[in-house]
Amino acid sequence: MDPGLGDNQATLASVDPESAEWLRTLSGTGVEREAAVERLHAILLRVASNEVRRRAPRLRLAGPELDDVAHQAAADALLAVTAKLGGFRGESRFTTWVYKFAVLEVSAKLGRHFWCDPRVSLEGEDWERLPDRFGFDPAERSERHDLLDALRRAVDEELTERQRQIFVAIVLKGVPADALAVELGTNRNAIYKTMFDARRKLRAVLVARGYLDIGTSRRS
Amino acid sequence: MNGWDELDRFLGTDPRDVGCAKAMDLLHVYVELVTRDPEATRRRYPGIVAHLRACGPCRDDFDGLLAAVSGNAG
Repeated sequence: MDPGLGDNQATLASVDPESAEWLRTLSGTGVEREAAVERLHAILLRVASNEVRRRAPRLRLAGPELDDVAHQAAADALLAVTAKLGGFRGESRFTTWVYKFAVLEVSAKLGRHFWCDPRVSLEGEDWERLPDRFGFDPAERSERHDLLDALRRAVDEELTERQRQIFVAIVLKGVPADALAVELGTNRNAIYKTMFDARRKLRAVLVARGYLDIGTSRRS
Repeated sequence: MNGWDELDRFLGTDPRDVGCAKAMDLLHVYVELVTRDPEATRRRYPGIVAHLRACGPCRDDFDGLLAAVSGNAG
């Protein structure tokens, strides 16, 4: 198991000088704290804006909407950081810890934005898209027709209703996990765990039926 | 990568995979260590490596945080 996080909050003596200064000023009061909060917000806005721009080519959002996402993400990240200051344990620089809040807020907000597009729906199933989703070209599609049919049967027959629902949304419809989590009232971790179990089950079924080898080795 | 490879990769699961919650808890620590010594970090955190290989959204967050740290956005 990977090493985990310790339980102890960072103390000023246990972190680098820059991080200690952030902790000291943000934990303080008055003008000094206000200045630190303002500086922190500027950093969060810069990180969130960069992150939105980095993801923009894959999004259906235009310039002003992207700016809105960045500003909302920075504002919410600022609230989260100041509320969770005691959760900083000093395993990284304070700024690295802070950047994470901005990046995760951008992720969450873009997940919610996905459903603003009226063309997006969880209704219906287009199984013809299955080969495209995995990048099968026409020749390979023909050659692997039996495998693809077996996969569809396994999805129908072996997955639980919840696993099937999430498989269809993510694989056939291309719904991002964060967007699906919003729609289903759950979180990314739960979606991932459901898909993890579904993937493992599907591989086992396809191995048992002779379409795949055990593990990830290729069938000749 | 052809369709078969992609399907094979999709159906592969790694028992070391720590899941999204643990990976996100440690992401700031992991990213900072990756910038210093990528190989040592990957050896120390095989569960996060396995997760980021399989989870697109968490990989995207990792890439974003790595870009922020590398660009020294502060």
